Amino acid sequence: MPGVFAGGDAVTGPKTVIEAVAAGKLAAESIHQYLQGLELKNTFKVSEEKVAPLRFAGDEIPRFEPEPVSCAEPVERAKNFSEVSAGYTLQQAKKEAERCLNCGVCSECLECTKVCLPAAIDHSMSDEEIELAAGAVILSPGFEPFDARLRQEFGWGIYPNVLTSIQFERMLSASGPFQGHLVRPSDKTEPKKIAFIQCIGSRDSTDKGSEYCSAVCCMYATKQAIIAQEHVPGLETAIFYIDVRAFGKDFEKYYDRARLEHGVRYEKCIVSTVRELQQEKTLRIKYRKANGKFAEEDFDLVVLSVGLRPSASAGELAGRTGIKLNEYGFCQPDEFKPGCTSKEGVFVSGAFCGPKDIPETVVESSAAAAHASCLLSTARGSLTAAKEYPPERDVSDEEPSVGVFVCNCGINIGGIINVPEVVKYAGGLRNVKYAEEFLFTCSQDNIQKIKERIIEYGLNRLVVASCTPRTHAPLFMSSMREAGLNPHLFEQANIREHSAWVHRDQPAAATEKAKELVSMSVAKACLLEPVATSFIEVNRRALVAGGGMAGITAALSLAGQGFDVYLVEKEKELGGNARNLFYTIQGNNPQVLLGRLVNQLQENPRITVLTGAEIKEVSGYVGNYRTKVKLGREIRELTHGVVIMAIGAREARPEEYMYGEHPSVLTQTELEHKIVGNELPGVKNIVMIQCVGSRQEGRPYCSRICCSHAIKNALKIKEINPAANVFILYRDVRMYGFMEKYYKKARSKGVIFIRYDLENKPSVTASGSHLTLQVNDPVLGEQVSLDADLLVLSTGVAPRSDNEKLSWLFKVALTADRFFAEAHMKLRPVDFAADGIYLCGLGHSPKLLGESIAQANAAAVRAVTLLSKDRLESLGIVATVDEDCCKGCGLCVAVCAYDARYLDRENGMIARVHEVLCQGCGACVASCPSGASQQKGFAKQQIIAMADAALG
Amino acid sequence: MQPAEAVFESQTEQEFEPKIIALFCNWCTYTGADLAGTSRIQYPPNIRIIRVMCTGSVDPLYILKPILEGVDGVLVGG
Repeated sequence: MPGVFAGGDAVTGPKTVIEAVAAGKLAAESIHQYLQGLELKNTFKVSEEKVAPLRFAGDEIPRFEPEPVSCAEPVERAKNFSEVSAGYTLQQAKKEAERCLNCGVCSECLECTKVCLPAAIDHSMSDEEIELAAGAVILSPGFEPFDARLRQEFGWGIYPNVLTSIQFERMLSASGPFQGHLVRPSDKTEPKKIAFIQCIGSRDSTDKGSEYCSAVCCMYATKQAIIAQEHVPGLETAIFYIDVRAFGKDFEKYYDRARLEHGVRYEKCIVSTVRELQQEKTLRIKYRKANGKFAEEDFDLVVLSVGLRPSASAGELAGRTGIKLNEYGFCQPDEFKPGCTSKEGVFVSGAFCGPKDIPETVVESSAAAAHASCLLSTARGSLTAAKEYPPERDVSDEEPSVGVFVCNCGINIGGIINVPEVVKYAGGLRNVKYAEEFLFTCSQDNIQKIKERIIEYGLNRLVVASCTPRTHAPLFMSSMREAGLNPHLFEQANIREHSAWVHRDQPAAATEKAKELVSMSVAKACLLEPVATSFIEVNRRALVAGGGMAGITAALSLAGQGFDVYLVEKEKELGGNARNLFYTIQGNNPQVLLGRLVNQLQENPRITVLTGAEIKEVSGYVGNYRTKVKLGREIRELTHGVVIMAIGAREARPEEYMYGEHPSVLTQTELEHKIVGNELPGVKNIVMIQCVGSRQEGRPYCSRICCSHAIKNALKIKEINPAANVFILYRDVRMYGFMEKYYKKARSKGVIFIRYDLENKPSVTASGSHLTLQVNDPVLGEQVSLDADLLVLSTGVAPRSDNEKLSWLFKVALTADRFFAEAHMKLRPVDFAADGIYLCGLGHSPKLLGESIAQANAAAVRAVTLLSKDRLESLGIVATVDEDCCKGCGLCVAVCAYDARYLDRENGMIARVHEVLCQGCGACVASCPSGASQQKGFAKQQIIAMADAALG
Repeated sequence: MQPAEAVFESQTEQEFEPKIIALFCNWCTYTGADLAGTSRIQYPPNIRIIRVMCTGSVDPLYILKPILEGVDGVLVGG
């Protein structure tokens, strides 16, 4: 259209200001030329449809009226100088922002799509509604941290040096806002003194906080204090707490280490306010100490240990799925049915059910999966598809032809190491056919390129110089299979973790090192040979050791998921410790549950119950165990593929406070029997002592259940006889999670709690049937004398004496406290380090009945992950034997920790390998005096070749 | 020990600069070396890490042969 000129975003779509200025100048020049009647130069015609490209078609966008802005009435305006326009409310602003005018020039500049090389950004994507058909739903929407703004007296959001624990966690992280440097936000200086204030928003009965205990804050504050001290040498840390709730497995040990080794100070108190000193931005904490006196102390930084709140979406999810939430807004399952909800087929896990630590979260998630797996057992495997690979190319006759791919890892490697130089160097190495660099070698398009290069250049060995093989080798190895190569013809040079990241200030040295690492990997790769894996059948039957509540639950879950089970119990009767529990703190009756479950066991044809049975001998290996069990005089051999250890624990026997000397001194379990048997008439004064034998030398751990056991019994006594006086002498009241309310209830019913410490234990004297307790009351600061008709000792949980024997038989580890040791404290809480053996119940650590049930279900579903396989594949990098060289000395059998080596006596004394059991440690290779043993993928000549290459 | 930056600069001055071969267990020390990377801990660039699946597999040959051939040190971590 002659005479019409255009420029800017309307023509080109969003561009930068500079380009807009250029377009304006170009237009001005063109107009000038046009008006002068000159021929138009330096210009281009814009086709009509290109002007103002619309993102949507004309009718695609509904049109709305603009949101009106309310203005003050003229009468009002006349009176003052206040703002006339009231502006938008939050809702109005959102509504107006959503009103698309389809003007064609969105604020999206789309610059990101241009700089993203793999073209991963697509602005035209929109929400999609997907419908999935599912037989079960597991909800785990998590939690939200408490909003520290609601507790203004601690100054969060007002003073820059007051942080929440989540902010502090980020600050400690290498990828955090200050690259892992611990600094005060106000002046970026290193703090010398940090305070952690506990229970922010937790154990808080006002309308702003929550009544329950958030269960995780004591430990995360302890962890943060220790890490902070590692960051800043000489840092002073103090944790202001009400009770230190270090109730989890090995938590007490961690708490001890924080105090005794790291010097973290724990101050039992209630903090009233945090105020900032304006000049220094230092914070002054005012608190009331345990003795009732007020104190003030200054800190450079204050961290608020914020509690856990239900997730914002919890209410909506509950409404949609029809499940019930508890009074706090969490989906708290029935005590005996952890993971289940009020609606069948809907299961829950994690902090959505209540505040909890990682191990419990992982356990409950597995428990929820177990329930879903029971429900859907007939459909198992119906939606899975096996991956198909092309046939493997035989490379045995080929000369090594190595492809080297060097990764920039964005700027992680490329920012330090001269990657083109490394590629050039690699290309010049012997046997290297091809070398190339990638921005991200692990990205989908580059994996595809690697596959293409393998075929195009006929490569038969692959070397990737990038990050650690521990995370990325499986990906690259899988791409080799897809390209028709054996995946073990692969070697990875770790030039990121072992060079770029650790020599950041020496780029030249880092580049040299990267070259050598590549050269070493190429040297090894040239000697690599294809590795074939082998398979064994799986015996799809489980053995559950222990017929307590955990064992029974695990057996029922396994049967429900479609597998046969042997349940082996040492005692004549099933039930274990649950036989001594008659009511829970929530008011449920474990005996009813036990009776029901025992009936279910007996009726289930998949379960074989063996009581009075002792495990004598275990042989075999994962997938194929043979266990000898003694039943009376008979020895029976059971064959099974997996083992669940549910062997329980016992109530500890006290050795102090006149237990066993005086008839009125009982344990909590003995008291429970007496309460149920109505054997307490005339008993008026009851004194309970907590942590008897626990949290001290000999039994240093916290038994987790004793606080609730004592409060449960105290409440029962008060219910039966409100006039009875109950005193609980405690060190810390560890009523974690929702149990806090029973602690509160006990206090409101008149149960008196008196704190003592290890240095100042209570003492007991007897005169006839009468007992007198002496205890130092820290609030009064005086010695108090208590008369007791009954002295009840909370003695905690002790491991069974046969744990050692079983740990030998099944070759599983014990902790220092003689409980069974799981594979990973947080992430693998029911697995043992060895495959095929799983763990649940009190044998793992002290826990409540409901927690044992959750763990039993979790162990069952973990076992099913193995039982549901048709066959097990060996590791690949296993030991091999050159039969001609083997002299049958048996040294390899002696050094093998996994029972994977054995002497074949029938065929000329040759040491062989159970490939499925071999964990590829190579100990037998080093021990072999004749050089007959080798490890696939780590052959001696390969390691030597790497060393030779390093020497240049 | 010299500060890390000085190490490579000094090579040109014919000062002694050791080359060390490191045999690291996949499960512990190799993982530790990875962690040193993710934590950006800076250390001198003199070691060349060889990953083994367990230090139990380290044959005396892996130590002696490089030393005979001129390496300045072998570090076994496991």
